[in-house]
Amino acid sequence: MKKVLSVLSVATLSLSLVLAGCGSKEAQPQGQTGANGGATGSAPTIKVAMVTDVGGVNDNSFNQSAWEGLQKLQKDLNLPQDNVNYLQSTSDAEYVPNLTQFVKDKWDLTWGIGYLMGDHLKKVATENPDSKLAIIDAEVDAPNVESVLFKEHEGSFLAGVVAAKMSKSKKVGFVGGVEIPVIKRFELGFEAGVKAVDPSVQVIKVYTGAFDKPDVGKSTASSIYGQGVDIIFHASGGTGDGVFNEAKDRKAKGQDVWVIGVDKDQSLTFGDEITLTSMVKRVDEAVYLVSKDLTEGKFEGGKIKWLGLAEDGVGLASTSTKNVPEDVLKLAEEYKQKIVKGEITVPDK
Amino acid sequence: MNKVIAVFTKESFLVPLVAIILGLLTGAVAMLAGGFNPVKAYVALLEKVFGSAYNFGETIRQITPLIFTGLAVAFAFRTGLFNIGAEGQFIVGMVASTAVGVSFDLPAYIHAPLAIIAGAVAGGLWGSIAGYLKAARGVNEVITSIMLNWVALYFANWVMNAFFIPAGQQRSEMIQDSAVITISWLSAMFDSARLHWGTLIAILAAIFFYVILWKTKSGYELRAVGLNPHASEYAGMNVNRNVVKAMFIGGMFAGIGGACEILGVFHYQAIMTSQPGYGFDGIAVALIGGNTPLGVVLAAILFGILTFGSAGMKFGAGVPVELIRVVIASVIFFVAAHGIVKIFVKPILKKKKEGGN
Repeated sequence: MKKVLSVLSVATLSLSLVLAGCGSKEAQPQGQTGANGGATGSAPTIKVAMVTDVGGVNDNSFNQSAWEGLQKLQKDLNLPQDNVNYLQSTSDAEYVPNLTQFVKDKWDLTWGIGYLMGDHLKKVATENPDSKLAIIDAEVDAPNVESVLFKEHEGSFLAGVVAAKMSKSKKVGFVGGVEIPVIKRFELGFEAGVKAVDPSVQVIKVYTGAFDKPDVGKSTASSIYGQGVDIIFHASGGTGDGVFNEAKDRKAKGQDVWVIGVDKDQSLTFGDEITLTSMVKRVDEAVYLVSKDLTEGKFEGGKIKWLGLAEDGVGLASTSTKNVPEDVLKLAEEYKQKIVKGEITVPDK
Repeated sequence: MNKVIAVFTKESFLVPLVAIILGLLTGAVAMLAGGFNPVKAYVALLEKVFGSAYNFGETIRQITPLIFTGLAVAFAFRTGLFNIGAEGQFIVGMVASTAVGVSFDLPAYIHAPLAIIAGAVAGGLWGSIAGYLKAARGVNEVITSIMLNWVALYFANWVMNAFFIPAGQQRSEMIQDSAVITISWLSAMFDSARLHWGTLIAILAAIFFYVILWKTKSGYELRAVGLNPHASEYAGMNVNRNVVKAMFIGGMFAGIGGACEILGVFHYQAIMTSQPGYGFDGIAVALIGGNTPLGVVLAAILFGILTFGSAGMKFGAGVPVELIRVVIASVIFFVAAHGIVKIFVKPILKKKKEGGN
């Protein structure tokens, strides 16, 4: 018995060694083609990287959107595959080393995605004054950092207009992630939009304290729908998955409830039966444009860029026509024009 | 020379070593299945960790809290308790040290030690809640300590929001300079990696762990209770008191770990949306280290290298993060599954015995 086992163990070990050997042979030509692809690439070759926050690159939200922006950049500029890359952070201790990894490796531009990364990105930027960095959702005051922020309140205002028009119970809900300035802008804009259409509509607002807890999102949505609300607008990243889940359950039982998605067109993920519309935030466009500007030598370090309705940085998803009647969309468009012209100022604090 | 060989072929050393190798091989197979080159990936991992002064320093930063939480779990384990609550004890340690670090204005030689002691006491008290419930009411410490993790997380966020976070911010004010335990000259040597005195304290804590358990009377009692509570009680030891004591000391280790993370790495405390994870990793570290102080330190080094180096595998060899987790998990799996590993080790041990004859 023991002999058999010892033979088996030796066999396993040698087999895995052989397998490992095969692997190295196989992978080599792949690496070479990658390098060749780079050589044949067109003139502007830049290397752009991003570091996600703890949400990770598959968060169905702004991290994913940012990565899509970089992938688009790679395709459009015909860059080699390896010229765009990302690192995922599993805790806030990793933001600094992850950003530093790209900076020390002389990448042309390194993105930090998310408000939570502000302080960490600033530290890296000050320690490496020759590097170029950019950040989404936070203001970083350093000469080598370009900050990109969105006027979420303007886009959310339109979501509020749609919600107030479509609500039958005259009660709408808001589910927020963590109560930080970014999310506060969603909340205030949404409420202002609702009140602009009909001041008698009640807005129930709840912060869940997390961006990554679908279970909490589901129970929160359950209690809000339970109070007679029929439309919830969520700005809570992955937590919002639970809001959609609860809406789906209630829809199956015959209740007439809706969710307004956030950041991306969430009807593509969760279906048209429950997604009324989405307040999209074009993180992908922002990442794409700022990175592309770099190839033309235009990097606006130290500048803070605000993208609102006028710049098409925020707005309602194009698929809204499926569930929202035309006259409501028309009204939203009217409000949009008023905001763009400055006739209406949406509160953001 | 024979003695050295004897140490390295001892079963307690050989089993974890073989487990690590098996884990890495399983990880390699997983990477092959995914179409990645495992050799390149492991080289990239090592390059990430040892390739530059900065990254090497950051690896040490990553290892330090793992030593503390590993010791916290291992210490309780020696008294027969499964301390899943290192996470919570770590968090309250962070809170206490932030409170002391922000609020007081003292000379550095008092301020920093005071902040660390505050963290230690807070972590210890948090741990002893679970210990007390076990001793007085017989509540299983696994349940209470895991629940207390969540209590600690939300309690920490509440304390921060209520007392230390300026309006509209996501983090507390910076701690006073006098409470900072960063070693600036060493940090400068390592290309501004965040190195701090906590690493030295962690090594001292491991020595303290050894001395108290194996060189003192009360340590003897703690271990006796762990081996057989009934026999210990019959021999006249107070089992309940030892249970609380073990959880207090275990919690203290985790609490100091949390304090060092604030005072040495961040210098402020942010609102946490999820648990930092060092406590749970500490369970694996204690397990790999066989609940001995030296083992814990070595296991923390391994774990720290794997977690910090994983970014290198992504960066250098394009291996996705999910696959890197598979590698780490398979190492833990084989360490936990002693039985499987022993099958592989047996032939070696048998040969050694025959050679001896």
